[in-house]
Amino acid sequence: METLWFAIVAGMLTAYVVLDGFDLGAGVIYLVVARTNEERHMILRAIGPVWDGNEVWLIAAGGTLYFAFPLLYASSFSGFYLPLMIVLWLLMLRGIGIEFRAHIHDRVWQSFFDVVFSASSIVLTIVLGAALGNVIRGVPLGADGYFFLPLWTDFRVSANPGVLDWYTVMAGVVALVTLTAHGAHYVALKTRGDLGRRSRRLAMLLWPLQLVLTGLSFGLTLLIQPAILDNFRTYPIGWLVPVVVAGSLAAILWAMFREKELIAFLASGLYIVAMLVGAVFALYPAVLPASTGAQFSLTIYTAAAAHYGLGVGLIWWSIGMALALGYFVFVYRMFRGKVEMGEGHGY
Amino acid sequence: MDSALLVHRLHFAFTATFHYLFPQLTMGLAPLIVILKTLALRSHDPARVDFYDRAARFWARIFGVSFVVGVVTGIPMEFQFGTNWSHFSRFAGGVIGQTLAMEGLFAFFLESAFLGLFLYGEKRLSRWAHWGAAMAVFLGSWLSGYFIIATDAWMQHPVGFVRAGDGSAQLSSFWALVLNPWAQWQYAHNMSGAGITGAFVMASIGAFYLLSGKHVEYGRLFVKVGVLAGAVFCILQIFPTGDAQGRMVAQNQPVTLAAMEGLFDSAPGAPIVLIGQPNVETGKIDNAISVPNMLSFLTYRRWNATVQGLNAFPKDQWPDNIPLLYFSYHIMVGLGTIFIAVTVVSVFLLWRGKLFSARWMLWILLLSLPFPFIANTAGWMTAELGRQPWLVYGLMRTADGYSKSVSAANGIFTLIGFMGMYTVLAILFLFLVNREIERGPEAQPALAEVVEVS
Repeated sequence: METLWFAIVAGMLTAYVVLDGFDLGAGVIYLVVARTNEERHMILRAIGPVWDGNEVWLIAAGGTLYFAFPLLYASSFSGFYLPLMIVLWLLMLRGIGIEFRAHIHDRVWQSFFDVVFSASSIVLTIVLGAALGNVIRGVPLGADGYFFLPLWTDFRVSANPGVLDWYTVMAGVVALVTLTAHGAHYVALKTRGDLGRRSRRLAMLLWPLQLVLTGLSFGLTLLIQPAILDNFRTYPIGWLVPVVVAGSLAAILWAMFREKELIAFLASGLYIVAMLVGAVFALYPAVLPASTGAQFSLTIYTAAAAHYGLGVGLIWWSIGMALALGYFVFVYRMFRGKVEMGEGHGY
Repeated sequence: MDSALLVHRLHFAFTATFHYLFPQLTMGLAPLIVILKTLALRSHDPARVDFYDRAARFWARIFGVSFVVGVVTGIPMEFQFGTNWSHFSRFAGGVIGQTLAMEGLFAFFLESAFLGLFLYGEKRLSRWAHWGAAMAVFLGSWLSGYFIIATDAWMQHPVGFVRAGDGSAQLSSFWALVLNPWAQWQYAHNMSGAGITGAFVMASIGAFYLLSGKHVEYGRLFVKVGVLAGAVFCILQIFPTGDAQGRMVAQNQPVTLAAMEGLFDSAPGAPIVLIGQPNVETGKIDNAISVPNMLSFLTYRRWNATVQGLNAFPKDQWPDNIPLLYFSYHIMVGLGTIFIAVTVVSVFLLWRGKLFSARWMLWILLLSLPFPFIANTAGWMTAELGRQPWLVYGLMRTADGYSKSVSAANGIFTLIGFMGMYTVLAILFLFLVNREIERGPEAQPALAEVVEVS
């Protein structure tokens, strides 16, 4: 039961990264690839109807985490207090950047929100990557199950870590590059003309970087957490993960050369899924490893809610998820296809 | 009071108070937008269809701006359970995590998916389907309200749980949690409160148009829909929902009732205080104007029933800020009573065909705009201050629930950050809504010009 909920929460968070990832990435490349007001407007229209729904995955995943693993929620949210508050402020800025920009057709107003939207997307992407880095590296959990991390200490991976050290900054950079490429694939898929061309070129430039960072992040993770290979030894099926990572990277490249934008975008999504599944698989059954000693690590067994609640939850979760997927399919079908030039400015 | 505790309480109080200004507006406007879309759907004359559709588009734009602010200020509420109230989350997450997760799954997905369709898909959808999208947004926002109320209701009146070996509360009956009797009345009371906000905002903007002689046709429509819906919600607010809520408090939280009413000594035939300041030091109401026997009657339906006063309870059970609780409650009830008078007189004038020319009444409607927000805020303060000193009534004290690992300094740092951020949000919100009101419904495009997003 705990394992099942672990998989569900991890799955929802992965869905969040893949889905919100493309609109975050679109925000990262926004100022670079979209030069004219018309082009910027096209990007915003490509993500306009879906970004809010994508972000709901984060809220729903947060709620599900709270319900299934209350201790993990309590411990990690209070321990990562400062970075989470920064995430909240960035989400706010980004939300109003997207939505308020369109309300006034004035250059000064729109330029301001252009920068708000893009800058908050960039920082948010890095922070999300660093957050994952923190979970993999481990935190100084006490015997009471709590900890508190300052934003940084000396940037070394030591007994006294901060949220930012060289490892988590590296994870932030990996996230930035990965989601930037993901966003570029999405914009390429949804638009035509110079905008689409520039996005494709950017995605092409980022591909070798992705390849290098994939290898680098694996090597460095092995360096600071050698135990990540244990689960791969116990369950050899886990070796499928690196195969899928490599395969999806190859597929991205192939699709880019063939100009098959949908396949490139989907392969990019698959790559993200595989990277995250790999991380989660390596951690299991820990959900928050302790740098202070394995006996303090939070595992799915120590952090989970009681079985009755988890069992009931499974029933309503299945119903709710089926409905949610239904809406998603419906909305994405309604807004499928490319955003065209000169469609005006919404109402 | 321990300063970290105070900071974490202020942190939640500030962010929750600001947040709820927006959901009460969106939840209140959603059914009114459905009414406008229904009027459009039922009209046969194309000019009337266009008229009602433009009216709906105008309110959809204001709804959209409010919704965005509601969403971005709502995410911090969920986060703060973990960031600022981690000991509470560890204790209660096994129960209230259920309702919070259900909100995400059942309400937010519905709401966000169909709001996109409603705002961007009018041209692509048939008239019926667009009406359906408006309906789905309405349902989603009202469903969301239920899960939040059910969460709060469990903190007010915990049911359906057992204590686990580690002391935490764990769910033992799903239906007891979801159908908590406290949640049902609190929900009804809260939603009619939101309805009052939506109706008064619509009537107020309509009155503004009539008084200034702009968009007069729309002004009439907004005033009419606003005061009619407002009258219904105002009456529901007092009876049966407010009455039932009050008696539930009397039954389950008698010390809270005594503090709300400013009743210090138990007495048969207890009076109800209309005006006066509770003096906790002397145990008296200063400058009191009260109606004898009324509190006994309202609470127990008997003029001579005994109502327990604060002195009947040990002091460590008393709510820790009695004056603020007392004033919140009295402001809520006082404004609720005034709202009934305003809407009943307006409906009477409407019936006599005189409302649109009665400038004095239109002025009252125009100036009434902020008061439903104040009344709803005061109502939530009554509920949450009344629950003190408990975080979960009778189970966990507020002083035991905050994040011990987060220092007062870090709390103040982020509280200041939220204050700054919310000031910017408030300015932008008022600016954008004001602009929409200036442009008016006639500036809304006709359907042929509505741009679809493909």
